[in-house]
Amino acid sequence: MNKMKIARVIIYIFLIVLVIVCFIPFYMMIVNATRPNSEILRGFTLIPGDALLDNYDTLTSYMDVWTGFRNSLLVAVSVTVLNAYFSALTAFALVVYEFKWKNAIFVTFIVMMMVPGQLGLLGLYDLSETLGILDTYWPLIIPAIAAPFTVFFFRQFLITTMPISILEAGRIDGASEIGMFHRIVLPILMPAIATMGIFTFIGSWNNYLVPLVIIRTPRLFTLPVMMGALSGSPVAMNLGAMYLGIAISVVPIMVAFLFLSKYIISSITAGSVKG
Amino acid sequence: MKKNNRQAYLFIAPFVIVFLTFNIYPIFLTLYYSLTNYSGMGGIDQADFVGFNNYVRLFSDRYFYQAFFNTIRIWGLNFVVQMLIALGLALLFSDIRLKLKGIGLFRALFYLPNIITIASVALLFSILLDWNHGGLNQMMLSLGLIDRPINWLNSPVYAQSAVALIGAWMWFGNSFIVLLAGISGISKDFYEAALIDGATWLQSFKYITIPQLKPILLYVLITSIIGGLQIFDLPMLLTDGNGSPQGALNTMVLYLYNQAFKYNNFGYAATIAYGLFFITVAFSAITFRTMYRKQV
Repeated sequence: MNKMKIARVIIYIFLIVLVIVCFIPFYMMIVNATRPNSEILRGFTLIPGDALLDNYDTLTSYMDVWTGFRNSLLVAVSVTVLNAYFSALTAFALVVYEFKWKNAIFVTFIVMMMVPGQLGLLGLYDLSETLGILDTYWPLIIPAIAAPFTVFFFRQFLITTMPISILEAGRIDGASEIGMFHRIVLPILMPAIATMGIFTFIGSWNNYLVPLVIIRTPRLFTLPVMMGALSGSPVAMNLGAMYLGIAISVVPIMVAFLFLSKYIISSITAGSVKG
Repeated sequence: MKKNNRQAYLFIAPFVIVFLTFNIYPIFLTLYYSLTNYSGMGGIDQADFVGFNNYVRLFSDRYFYQAFFNTIRIWGLNFVVQMLIALGLALLFSDIRLKLKGIGLFRALFYLPNIITIASVALLFSILLDWNHGGLNQMMLSLGLIDRPINWLNSPVYAQSAVALIGAWMWFGNSFIVLLAGISGISKDFYEAALIDGATWLQSFKYITIPQLKPILLYVLITSIIGGLQIFDLPMLLTDGNGSPQGALNTMVLYLYNQAFKYNNFGYAATIAYGLFFITVAFSAITFRTMYRKQV
Protein backbone atom coordinates (compact mmCIF):
# COMPACT_ATOMS: atom_id res chain seq x y z
CA MET A 1 0.00 0.00 0.00
CA ASN A 2 3.01 2.26 -0.27
CA LYS A 3 2.00 3.30 -3.76
CA MET A 4 -1.27 4.66 -2.35
CA LYS A 5 0.64 6.71 0.18
CA ILE A 6 2.79 8.35 -2.49
CA ALA A 7 -0.23 9.04 -4.65
CA ARG A 8 -1.95 10.64 -1.69
CA VAL A 9 1.01 12.91 -0.96
CA ILE A 10 1.19 14.04 -4.60
CA ILE A 11 -2.53 14.74 -4.62
CA TYR A 12 -2.34 16.77 -1.42
CA ILE A 13 0.51 18.84 -2.86
CA PHE A 14 -1.52 19.42 -6.00
CA LEU A 15 -4.55 20.45 -3.93
CA ILE A 16 -2.51 22.87 -1.86
CA VAL A 17 -1.04 24.42 -5.01
CA LEU A 18 -4.56 24.81 -6.36
CA VAL A 19 -5.64 26.55 -3.15
CA ILE A 20 -2.65 28.90 -3.38
CA VAL A 21 -3.44 29.74 -7.00
CA CYS A 22 -7.04 30.43 -5.98
CA PHE A 23 -6.02 32.78 -3.22
CA ILE A 24 -3.12 34.66 -4.81
CA PRO A 25 -5.42 37.33 -6.32
CA PHE A 26 -6.95 38.00 -2.91
CA TYR A 27 -3.58 37.98 -1.20
CA MET A 28 -2.13 40.45 -3.69
CA MET A 29 -5.18 42.64 -3.18
CA ILE A 30 -4.70 42.71 0.59
CA VAL A 31 -0.94 43.30 0.39
CA ASN A 32 -1.28 46.06 -2.19
CA ALA A 33 -4.02 47.71 -0.15
CA THR A 34 -1.35 48.43 2.46
CA ARG A 35 1.32 49.74 0.06
CA PRO A 36 1.81 53.30 -1.25
CA ASN A 37 1.13 53.89 -4.92
CA SER A 38 4.78 54.65 -5.75
CA GLU A 39 5.88 51.27 -4.43
CA ILE A 40 3.15 49.37 -6.24
CA LEU A 41 4.26 50.98 -9.50
CA ARG A 42 7.83 49.84 -8.91
CA GLY A 43 7.21 46.16 -8.41
CA PHE A 44 5.52 43.33 -6.65
CA THR A 45 6.03 41.83 -3.23
CA LEU A 46 4.21 39.51 -0.87
CA ILE A 47 5.14 41.60 2.19
CA PRO A 48 2.57 44.16 3.39
CA GLY A 49 3.48 47.86 3.44
CA ASP A 50 2.62 50.63 5.89
CA ALA A 51 0.41 52.92 3.80
CA LEU A 52 -2.94 51.45 4.81
CA LEU A 53 -4.18 54.61 6.52
CA ASP A 54 -2.97 56.91 3.72
CA ASN A 55 -4.75 54.74 1.18
CA TYR A 56 -7.86 54.80 3.33
CA ASP A 57 -7.80 58.61 3.43
CA THR A 58 -7.34 58.84 -0.35
CA LEU A 59 -10.19 56.41 -0.91
CA THR A 60 -12.67 57.95 1.50
CA SER A 61 -11.90 61.51 0.39
CA TYR A 62 -13.45 60.58 -2.92
CA MET A 63 -15.86 57.77 -2.20
CA ASP A 64 -17.79 56.81 0.89
CA VAL A 65 -17.43 53.02 0.74
CA TRP A 66 -19.16 52.53 4.06
CA THR A 67 -22.28 54.24 2.74
CA GLY A 68 -22.17 51.81 -0.17
CA PHE A 69 -21.84 49.05 2.39
CA ARG A 70 -24.86 50.29 4.31
CA ASN A 71 -26.88 50.67 1.11
CA SER A 72 -26.07 47.16 -0.03
CA LEU A 73 -26.92 45.82 3.40
CA LEU A 74 -30.25 47.66 3.48
CA VAL A 75 -31.24 46.35 0.05
CA ALA A 76 -30.00 42.80 0.62
CA VAL A 77 -31.67 42.44 4.04
CA SER A 78 -34.98 43.83 2.77
CA VAL A 79 -34.87 41.56 -0.27
CA THR A 80 -34.06 38.50 1.85
CA VAL A 81 -36.81 39.16 4.40
CA LEU A 82 -39.52 39.93 1.83
CA ASN A 83 -38.47 36.99 -0.33
CA ALA A 84 -38.63 34.57 2.61
CA TYR A 85 -41.87 35.82 4.13
CA PHE A 86 -43.99 36.13 1.01
CA SER A 87 -42.62 33.01 -0.64
CA ALA A 88 -43.49 31.08 2.52
CA LEU A 89 -46.98 32.57 2.56
CA THR A 90 -47.54 31.70 -1.09
CA ALA A 91 -46.16 28.19 -0.71
CA PHE A 92 -48.38 27.70 2.36
CA ALA A 93 -51.47 28.70 0.38
CA LEU A 94 -50.49 26.42 -2.51
CA VAL A 95 -49.99 23.41 -0.27
CA VAL A 96 -52.86 23.77 2.19
CA TYR A 97 -55.78 25.09 0.17
CA GLU A 98 -57.74 24.21 -2.93
CA PHE A 99 -58.63 27.15 -5.10
CA LYS A 100 -59.19 28.18 -8.70
CA TRP A 101 -56.17 28.66 -10.97
CA LYS A 102 -53.95 26.85 -8.52
CA ASN A 103 -52.40 24.63 -11.16
CA ALA A 104 -52.17 27.47 -13.67
CA ILE A 105 -50.22 29.51 -11.14
CA PHE A 106 -47.92 26.61 -10.45
CA VAL A 107 -47.20 25.96 -14.13
CA THR A 108 -46.48 29.67 -14.63
CA PHE A 109 -43.85 29.42 -11.90
CA ILE A 110 -42.02 26.60 -13.59
CA VAL A 111 -41.99 28.44 -16.89
CA MET A 112 -40.86 31.70 -15.29
CA MET A 113 -37.91 30.02 -13.57
CA MET A 114 -36.39 29.52 -17.03
CA VAL A 115 -36.77 33.13 -18.15
CA PRO A 116 -33.55 35.14 -17.83
CA GLY A 117 -33.81 38.30 -15.75
CA GLN A 118 -32.62 40.51 -18.59
CA LEU A 119 -35.84 39.90 -20.52
CA GLY A 120 -37.84 42.31 -18.41
CA LEU A 121 -35.02 44.68 -17.50
CA LEU A 122 -35.90 47.47 -19.93
CA GLY A 123 -39.57 47.16 -19.05
CA LEU A 124 -38.74 47.33 -15.35
CA TYR A 125 -36.69 50.47 -15.95
CA ASP A 126 -39.52 52.17 -17.78
CA LEU A 127 -42.16 50.99 -15.33
CA SER A 128 -40.09 52.43 -12.50
CA GLU A 129 -39.87 55.72 -14.34
CA THR A 130 -43.64 55.77 -14.85
CA LEU A 131 -44.25 54.98 -11.19
CA GLY A 132 -41.74 57.66 -10.14
CA ILE A 133 -39.57 55.14 -8.27
CA LEU A 134 -36.53 55.33 -10.53
CA ASP A 135 -33.40 56.15 -8.53
CA THR A 136 -34.91 54.61 -5.38
CA TYR A 137 -34.52 51.15 -3.87
CA TRP A 138 -38.14 50.13 -4.50
CA PRO A 139 -37.51 48.54 -7.92
CA LEU A 140 -34.72 46.50 -6.35
CA ILE A 141 -36.70 45.42 -3.29
CA ILE A 142 -40.37 44.97 -4.25
CA PRO A 143 -39.84 42.26 -6.92
CA ALA A 144 -38.43 40.04 -4.14
CA ILE A 145 -42.03 39.47 -2.99
CA ALA A 146 -42.60 37.34 -6.10
CA ALA A 147 -39.78 34.80 -6.35
CA PRO A 148 -41.02 31.67 -8.16
CA PHE A 149 -37.95 29.60 -7.40
CA THR A 150 -38.15 30.18 -3.66
CA VAL A 151 -41.87 29.41 -3.64
CA PHE A 152 -41.19 26.22 -5.56
CA PHE A 153 -38.48 25.20 -3.09
CA PHE A 154 -40.66 25.98 -0.05
CA ARG A 155 -43.60 24.13 -1.56
CA GLN A 156 -41.56 20.96 -2.03
CA PHE A 157 -40.23 21.33 1.50
CA LEU A 158 -43.69 21.78 3.04
CA ILE A 159 -45.15 18.84 1.13
CA THR A 160 -42.53 16.50 2.56
CA THR A 161 -42.26 17.84 6.11
CA MET A 162 -45.57 19.35 7.22
CA PRO A 163 -48.37 17.05 8.39
CA ILE A 164 -51.71 18.63 7.44
CA SER A 165 -53.20 17.16 10.61
CA ILE A 166 -51.22 19.66 12.66
CA LEU A 167 -53.23 22.45 11.01
CA GLU A 168 -56.52 20.66 11.60
CA ALA A 169 -55.66 20.34 15.26
CA GLY A 170 -54.92 24.05 15.26
CA ARG A 171 -58.27 24.87 13.68
CA ILE A 172 -60.11 22.85 16.29
CA ASP A 173 -58.29 24.85 18.94
CA GLY A 174 -59.64 27.98 17.26
CA ALA A 175 -56.43 29.33 15.73
CA SER A 176 -56.78 31.67 12.76
CA GLU A 177 -55.27 30.62 9.43
CA ILE A 178 -52.71 33.42 9.36
CA GLY A 179 -51.92 32.76 13.03
CA MET A 180 -51.15 29.13 12.19
CA PHE A 181 -48.96 30.29 9.34
CA HIS A 182 -46.94 32.40 11.75
CA ARG A 183 -46.81 29.99 14.65
CA ILE A 184 -46.69 26.60 12.95
CA VAL A 185 -45.70 26.84 9.29
CA LEU A 186 -42.91 29.43 9.50
CA PRO A 187 -41.02 27.51 12.21
CA ILE A 188 -41.32 24.29 10.21
CA LEU A 189 -39.97 26.09 7.15
CA MET A 190 -36.98 27.59 8.97
CA PRO A 191 -34.29 25.27 7.56
CA ALA A 192 -35.54 25.94 4.02
CA ILE A 193 -35.73 29.67 4.74
CA ALA A 194 -32.12 29.66 5.92
CA THR A 195 -30.99 27.76 2.82
CA MET A 196 -32.71 30.05 0.36
CA GLY A 197 -32.04 33.14 2.47
CA ILE A 198 -28.28 32.81 2.20
CA PHE A 199 -28.43 32.59 -1.58
CA THR A 200 -30.97 35.36 -1.90
CA PHE A 201 -28.78 37.58 0.25
CA ILE A 202 -25.61 36.82 -1.70
CA GLY A 203 -27.44 37.27 -5.00
CA SER A 204 -28.77 40.66 -3.99
CA TRP A 205 -25.48 41.75 -2.44
CA ASN A 206 -23.60 40.93 -5.64
CA ASN A 207 -26.20 42.22 -8.10
CA TYR A 208 -24.66 44.77 -10.41
CA LEU A 209 -26.77 45.18 -13.54
CA VAL A 210 -30.16 46.09 -12.03
CA PRO A 211 -28.89 48.71 -9.52
CA LEU A 212 -26.61 50.08 -12.25
CA VAL A 213 -29.67 50.72 -14.38
CA ILE A 214 -31.99 51.91 -11.61
CA ILE A 215 -29.79 54.00 -9.27
CA ARG A 216 -28.39 57.33 -10.48
CA THR A 217 -27.53 59.25 -7.29
CA PRO A 218 -23.99 58.35 -6.10
CA ARG A 219 -25.10 58.59 -2.46
CA LEU A 220 -27.53 55.72 -3.12
CA PHE A 221 -25.05 53.48 -4.94
CA THR A 222 -24.84 49.90 -3.75
CA LEU A 223 -21.36 48.44 -3.30
CA PRO A 224 -21.03 46.78 -6.74
CA VAL A 225 -22.16 49.96 -8.51
CA MET A 226 -19.71 51.93 -6.39
CA MET A 227 -16.95 49.52 -7.44
CA GLY A 228 -17.89 50.08 -11.06
CA ALA A 229 -17.75 53.85 -10.56
CA LEU A 230 -14.35 53.54 -8.86
CA SER A 231 -12.58 52.43 -12.04
CA GLY A 232 -13.24 55.68 -13.88
CA SER A 233 -12.69 57.93 -10.86
CA PRO A 234 -9.66 59.93 -9.62
CA VAL A 235 -9.03 57.14 -7.08
CA ALA A 236 -7.87 54.98 -10.00
CA MET A 237 -4.71 57.12 -10.08
CA ASN A 238 -3.74 55.67 -6.72
CA LEU A 239 -3.53 51.91 -7.05
CA GLY A 240 -3.11 51.37 -3.30
CA ALA A 241 -6.40 53.13 -2.66
CA MET A 242 -8.03 51.14 -5.46
CA TYR A 243 -6.90 47.83 -3.98
CA LEU A 244 -8.13 48.97 -0.58
CA GLY A 245 -11.55 49.90 -1.98
CA ILE A 246 -11.87 46.47 -3.55
CA ALA A 247 -10.62 44.79 -0.37
CA ILE A 248 -13.24 46.59 1.73
CA SER A 249 -15.95 45.25 -0.58
CA VAL A 250 -14.56 41.71 -0.50
CA VAL A 251 -13.11 40.94 2.94
CA PRO A 252 -16.32 41.19 5.03
CA ILE A 253 -18.02 38.68 2.74
CA MET A 254 -15.04 36.36 3.08
CA VAL A 255 -15.20 36.60 6.86
CA ALA A 256 -18.94 35.94 6.85
CA PHE A 257 -18.29 32.93 4.65
CA LEU A 258 -15.83 31.50 7.17
CA PHE A 259 -18.64 31.29 9.71
CA LEU A 260 -21.35 30.11 7.36
CA SER A 261 -19.42 27.92 4.93
CA LYS A 262 -20.65 24.59 6.26
CA TYR A 263 -24.20 25.74 5.95
CA ILE A 264 -23.76 27.31 2.53
CA ILE A 265 -22.09 24.26 1.06
CA SER A 266 -24.70 21.82 2.24
CA SER A 267 -27.28 24.14 0.66
CA ILE A 268 -25.67 24.14 -2.77
CA THR A 269 -26.51 20.52 -3.35
CA ALA A 270 -30.07 20.94 -2.06
CA GLY A 271 -31.13 22.51 -5.35
CA SER A 272 -29.53 19.93 -7.58
CA VAL A 273 -29.38 16.55 -5.91
CA LYS A 274 -32.55 14.96 -4.70
CA GLY A 275 -32.36 12.52 -1.84
CA MET B 1 -57.78 17.01 3.81
CA LYS B 2 -57.35 20.25 1.99
CA LYS B 3 -59.56 23.12 2.78
CA ASN B 4 -61.24 25.44 0.35
CA ASN B 5 -60.71 28.79 1.92
CA ARG B 6 -61.14 32.32 0.71
CA GLN B 7 -58.17 33.42 2.72
CA ALA B 8 -56.01 31.48 0.27
CA TYR B 9 -56.60 34.24 -2.27
CA LEU B 10 -55.53 36.78 0.30
CA PHE B 11 -52.34 34.84 1.00
CA ILE B 12 -51.27 34.58 -2.61
CA ALA B 13 -52.44 38.10 -3.51
CA PRO B 14 -49.10 39.87 -2.73
CA PHE B 15 -47.22 37.36 -4.84
CA VAL B 16 -49.64 37.51 -7.74
CA ILE B 17 -49.89 41.31 -7.76
CA VAL B 18 -46.12 41.86 -7.60
CA PHE B 19 -45.49 39.03 -10.05
CA LEU B 20 -47.86 40.49 -12.62
CA THR B 21 -46.64 44.06 -12.11
CA PHE B 22 -42.88 43.64 -11.78
CA ASN B 23 -42.28 40.40 -13.65
CA ILE B 24 -44.85 39.70 -16.36
CA TYR B 25 -45.78 43.26 -17.30
CA PRO B 26 -42.14 44.40 -17.89
CA ILE B 27 -41.60 41.36 -20.10
CA PHE B 28 -44.54 42.32 -22.31
CA LEU B 29 -43.51 45.97 -22.17
CA THR B 30 -40.09 44.94 -23.43
CA LEU B 31 -41.75 42.90 -26.19
CA TYR B 32 -43.72 45.95 -27.23
CA TYR B 33 -40.59 48.16 -27.25
CA SER B 34 -38.88 45.65 -29.50
CA LEU B 35 -41.51 46.49 -32.13
CA THR B 36 -40.90 50.26 -31.92
CA ASN B 37 -38.07 52.72 -32.48
CA TYR B 38 -38.37 53.96 -28.87
CA SER B 39 -35.24 55.83 -27.79
CA GLY B 40 -35.79 55.33 -24.06
CA MET B 41 -36.42 58.99 -23.40
CA GLY B 42 -39.50 61.18 -23.56
CA GLY B 43 -42.06 58.43 -23.16
CA ILE B 44 -43.18 55.59 -25.36
CA ASP B 45 -45.91 57.73 -27.01
CA GLN B 46 -43.25 59.57 -29.00
CA ALA B 47 -41.99 56.34 -30.57
CA ASP B 48 -43.23 54.82 -33.83
CA PHE B 49 -44.39 51.26 -34.32
CA VAL B 50 -41.97 49.64 -36.75
CA GLY B 51 -43.18 46.04 -36.84
CA PHE B 52 -40.42 43.48 -37.12
CA ASN B 53 -37.81 45.93 -38.45
CA ASN B 54 -35.68 45.56 -35.32
CA TYR B 55 -35.70 41.79 -35.65
CA VAL B 56 -34.64 42.04 -39.30
CA ARG B 57 -31.86 44.36 -38.18
CA LEU B 58 -30.82 41.91 -35.46
CA PHE B 59 -30.34 39.13 -37.99
CA SER B 60 -28.03 41.26 -40.11
CA ASP B 61 -26.24 43.08 -37.27
CA ARG B 62 -22.61 42.04 -37.32
CA TYR B 63 -22.09 43.40 -33.80
CA PHE B 64 -24.81 41.12 -32.51
CA TYR B 65 -23.17 38.15 -34.23
CA GLN B 66 -19.87 39.28 -32.77
CA ALA B 67 -21.48 39.48 -29.33
CA PHE B 68 -23.03 36.05 -29.78
CA PHE B 69 -19.78 34.36 -30.79
CA ASN B 70 -17.79 36.20 -28.11
CA THR B 71 -20.26 35.01 -25.49
CA ILE B 72 -20.12 31.43 -26.76
CA ARG B 73 -16.31 31.39 -26.93
CA ILE B 74 -15.97 32.81 -23.43
CA TRP B 75 -18.57 30.42 -22.05
CA GLY B 76 -17.09 27.43 -23.88
CA LEU B 77 -13.54 27.89 -22.60
CA ASN B 78 -14.86 28.68 -19.13
CA PHE B 79 -16.99 25.55 -19.09
CA VAL B 80 -14.28 23.18 -20.32
CA VAL B 81 -11.71 24.41 -17.80
CA GLN B 82 -14.22 24.55 -14.97
CA MET B 83 -15.52 21.03 -15.63
CA LEU B 84 -12.08 19.47 -16.04
CA ILE B 85 -11.01 20.78 -12.65
CA ALA B 86 -14.35 20.12 -10.97
CA LEU B 87 -14.75 16.59 -12.31
CA GLY B 88 -11.13 15.77 -11.57
CA LEU B 89 -11.49 16.94 -7.99
CA ALA B 90 -14.81 15.17 -7.55
CA LEU B 91 -13.28 11.89 -8.75
CA LEU B 92 -10.30 12.29 -6.42
CA PHE B 93 -12.41 13.03 -3.38
CA SER B 94 -14.91 10.25 -4.08
CA ASP B 95 -12.26 7.59 -4.67
CA ILE B 96 -12.76 4.84 -2.10
CA ARG B 97 -9.12 3.69 -2.21
CA LEU B 98 -7.55 7.12 -1.80
CA LYS B 99 -9.71 8.14 1.19
CA LEU B 100 -8.65 11.80 1.05
CA LYS B 101 -9.16 13.82 4.20
CA GLY B 102 -10.18 17.44 4.61
CA ILE B 103 -13.06 17.39 2.13
CA GLY B 104 -14.92 20.02 4.15
CA LEU B 105 -11.98 22.42 4.20
CA PHE B 106 -11.13 22.06 0.50
CA ARG B 107 -14.75 22.38 -0.55
CA ALA B 108 -15.03 25.64 1.37
CA LEU B 109 -11.76 27.03 0.02
CA PHE B 110 -12.55 26.15 -3.58
CA TYR B 111 -16.07 27.53 -3.29
CA LEU B 112 -15.10 30.87 -1.76
CA PRO B 113 -14.44 32.84 -5.00
CA ASN B 114 -18.02 32.09 -6.01
CA ILE B 115 -19.60 34.34 -3.38
CA ILE B 116 -17.38 37.37 -4.00
CA THR B 117 -19.04 40.29 -5.78
CA ILE B 118 -18.25 39.90 -9.49
CA ALA B 119 -17.97 43.67 -9.90
CA SER B 120 -15.17 43.69 -7.30
CA VAL B 121 -13.49 40.69 -8.92
CA ALA B 122 -13.61 42.39 -12.33
CA LEU B 123 -12.12 45.58 -10.92
CA LEU B 124 -9.43 43.62 -9.09
CA PHE B 125 -8.38 41.79 -12.24
CA SER B 126 -8.53 44.95 -14.33
CA ILE B 127 -5.64 46.29 -12.24
CA LEU B 128 -3.90 42.93 -11.67
CA LEU B 129 -3.79 42.42 -15.46
CA ASP B 130 -2.70 45.99 -16.16
CA TRP B 131 0.14 46.21 -18.68
CA ASN B 132 2.56 48.52 -16.86
CA HIS B 133 1.86 48.15 -13.19
CA GLY B 134 -0.33 45.07 -12.96
CA GLY B 135 0.46 42.46 -10.35
CA LEU B 136 0.51 39.56 -12.80
CA ASN B 137 3.14 41.07 -15.10
CA GLN B 138 5.22 42.20 -12.12
CA MET B 139 5.08 38.73 -10.63
CA MET B 140 5.91 36.94 -13.88
CA LEU B 141 8.77 39.38 -14.56
CA SER B 142 10.32 38.90 -11.15
CA LEU B 143 10.01 35.11 -11.47
CA GLY B 144 11.68 35.35 -14.87
CA LEU B 145 8.74 33.75 -16.70
CA ILE B 146 8.60 36.61 -19.21
CA ASP B 147 11.18 39.24 -20.09
CA ARG B 148 8.85 42.07 -20.99
CA PRO B 149 5.33 42.91 -19.84
CA ILE B 150 2.44 41.40 -21.79
CA ASN B 151 -0.46 43.69 -22.59
CA TRP B 152 -3.11 41.18 -21.53
CA LEU B 153 -6.15 43.37 -21.87
CA ASN B 154 -5.14 44.74 -25.24
CA SER B 155 -5.19 41.37 -26.96
CA PRO B 156 -8.57 39.88 -27.95
CA VAL B 157 -7.42 36.32 -27.28
CA TYR B 158 -5.90 37.08 -23.89
CA ALA B 159 -8.81 39.28 -22.83
CA GLN B 160 -11.42 36.65 -23.73
CA SER B 161 -9.34 33.93 -22.10
CA ALA B 162 -9.00 36.10 -19.00
CA VAL B 163 -12.77 36.46 -18.69
CA ALA B 164 -13.24 32.72 -19.26
CA LEU B 165 -10.58 31.74 -16.73
CA ILE B 166 -11.79 34.20 -14.10
CA GLY B 167 -15.23 32.68 -14.62
CA ALA B 168 -13.81 29.18 -14.27
CA TRP B 169 -11.98 30.23 -11.11
CA MET B 170 -15.23 31.53 -9.65
CA TRP B 171 -17.36 28.52 -10.61
CA PHE B 172 -15.30 25.34 -10.46
CA GLY B 173 -15.83 25.07 -6.70
CA ASN B 174 -19.58 25.16 -7.15
CA SER B 175 -19.52 22.50 -9.89
CA PHE B 176 -17.13 20.41 -7.82
CA ILE B 177 -19.51 20.36 -4.86
CA VAL B 178 -22.49 19.47 -7.02
CA LEU B 179 -20.62 16.74 -8.92
CA LEU B 180 -19.15 15.29 -5.74
CA ALA B 181 -22.61 15.06 -4.21
CA GLY B 182 -23.80 13.37 -7.39
CA ILE B 183 -20.99 10.83 -7.43
CA SER B 184 -21.40 10.08 -3.73
CA GLY B 185 -25.04 9.28 -4.49
CA ILE B 186 -24.13 6.47 -6.91
CA SER B 187 -24.58 3.09 -5.28
CA LYS B 188 -21.27 1.39 -4.34
CA ASP B 189 -22.74 -1.95 -5.49
CA PHE B 190 -22.25 -0.93 -9.12
CA TYR B 191 -18.55 -0.43 -8.60
CA GLU B 192 -18.09 -3.61 -6.57
CA ALA B 193 -19.91 -5.64 -9.23
CA ALA B 194 -17.74 -4.06 -11.92
CA LEU B 195 -14.62 -4.85 -9.89
CA ILE B 196 -15.63 -8.50 -9.61
CA ASP B 197 -16.21 -8.59 -13.37
CA GLY B 198 -12.68 -7.31 -13.83
CA ALA B 199 -13.55 -3.84 -15.12
CA THR B 200 -10.76 -1.26 -15.28
CA TRP B 201 -11.04 2.14 -13.63
CA LEU B 202 -11.67 3.76 -17.00
CA GLN B 203 -14.45 1.28 -17.80
CA SER B 204 -16.21 1.93 -14.49
CA PHE B 205 -15.89 5.64 -15.13
CA LYS B 206 -17.31 5.39 -18.62
CA TYR B 207 -20.07 2.86 -18.01
CA ILE B 208 -21.09 3.62 -14.43
CA THR B 209 -20.06 7.10 -13.29
CA ILE B 210 -20.92 9.08 -16.41
CA PRO B 211 -24.35 7.50 -17.13
CA GLN B 212 -25.34 7.64 -13.45
CA LEU B 213 -24.23 11.24 -13.27
CA LYS B 214 -26.24 12.31 -16.29
CA PRO B 215 -29.01 14.23 -14.49
CA ILE B 216 -26.44 16.12 -12.44
CA LEU B 217 -24.31 16.86 -15.50
CA LEU B 218 -27.42 18.11 -17.27
CA TYR B 219 -28.20 20.39 -14.32
CA VAL B 220 -24.65 21.78 -14.25
CA LEU B 221 -24.61 22.23 -18.02
CA ILE B 222 -27.98 23.98 -18.28
CA THR B 223 -27.41 26.33 -15.35
CA SER B 224 -23.98 27.11 -16.75
CA ILE B 225 -25.37 27.87 -20.21
CA ILE B 226 -28.12 30.10 -18.87
CA GLY B 227 -25.67 31.97 -16.63
CA GLY B 228 -22.93 32.04 -19.26
CA LEU B 229 -25.11 33.55 -21.95
CA GLN B 230 -25.94 36.39 -19.57
CA ILE B 231 -22.36 37.30 -18.71
CA PHE B 232 -22.12 41.05 -18.13
CA ASP B 233 -20.27 42.24 -15.01
CA LEU B 234 -16.84 40.88 -15.98
CA PRO B 235 -16.66 42.13 -19.60
CA MET B 236 -18.24 45.42 -18.52
CA LEU B 237 -15.70 46.22 -15.82
CA LEU B 238 -12.55 44.43 -16.98
CA THR B 239 -11.97 46.92 -19.80
CA ASP B 240 -13.69 50.14 -20.88
CA GLY B 241 -17.26 48.82 -20.89
CA ASN B 242 -17.51 49.09 -24.68
CA GLY B 243 -16.17 45.62 -25.38
CA SER B 244 -12.48 46.55 -25.78
CA PRO B 245 -10.06 45.24 -26.99
CA GLN B 246 -11.33 45.28 -30.58
CA GLY B 247 -14.80 44.23 -29.57
CA ALA B 248 -13.54 40.99 -28.05
CA LEU B 249 -15.44 41.53 -24.78
CA ASN B 250 -18.63 42.68 -26.46
CA THR B 251 -21.05 40.10 -25.03
CA MET B 252 -24.78 39.93 -25.65
CA VAL B 253 -25.94 41.52 -22.41
CA LEU B 254 -23.19 44.16 -22.61
CA TYR B 255 -24.40 44.98 -26.12
CA LEU B 256 -27.97 45.16 -24.82
CA TYR B 257 -26.95 47.50 -22.00
CA ASN B 258 -24.91 49.78 -24.26
CA GLN B 259 -27.64 49.99 -26.90
CA ALA B 260 -30.24 50.88 -24.27
CA PHE B 261 -28.34 53.20 -21.97
CA LYS B 262 -25.40 54.57 -23.97
CA TYR B 263 -26.84 54.90 -27.48
CA ASN B 264 -30.50 55.41 -26.53
CA ASN B 265 -31.79 52.64 -28.76
CA PHE B 266 -34.30 51.24 -26.29
CA GLY B 267 -36.40 49.58 -28.98
CA TYR B 268 -33.46 47.78 -30.50
CA ALA B 269 -32.05 46.83 -27.08
CA ALA B 270 -35.43 45.23 -26.31
CA THR B 271 -35.03 43.20 -29.50
CA ILE B 272 -31.59 42.05 -28.32
CA ALA B 273 -33.19 40.96 -25.02
CA TYR B 274 -35.66 38.79 -26.94
CA GLY B 275 -32.91 37.49 -29.21
CA LEU B 276 -30.98 36.45 -26.10
CA PHE B 277 -34.09 34.81 -24.66
CA PHE B 278 -34.70 32.70 -27.77
CA ILE B 279 -31.05 31.71 -27.93
CA THR B 280 -31.17 30.63 -24.27
CA VAL B 281 -34.30 28.55 -24.82
CA ALA B 282 -32.83 26.97 -27.96
CA PHE B 283 -29.56 26.06 -26.25
CA SER B 284 -31.29 24.59 -23.22
CA ALA B 285 -33.61 22.56 -25.43
CA ILE B 286 -30.76 21.25 -27.60
CA THR B 287 -28.73 20.30 -24.52
CA PHE B 288 -31.68 18.53 -22.99
CA ARG B 289 -32.42 16.57 -26.16
CA THR B 290 -28.86 15.53 -26.93
CA MET B 291 -28.29 14.31 -23.41
CA TYR B 292 -31.45 12.27 -23.24
CA ARG B 293 -31.68 10.91 -26.77
CA LYS B 294 -29.26 8.07 -26.22
CA GLN B 295 -30.84 7.02 -22.98
CA VAL B 296 -32.05 3.43 -22.92
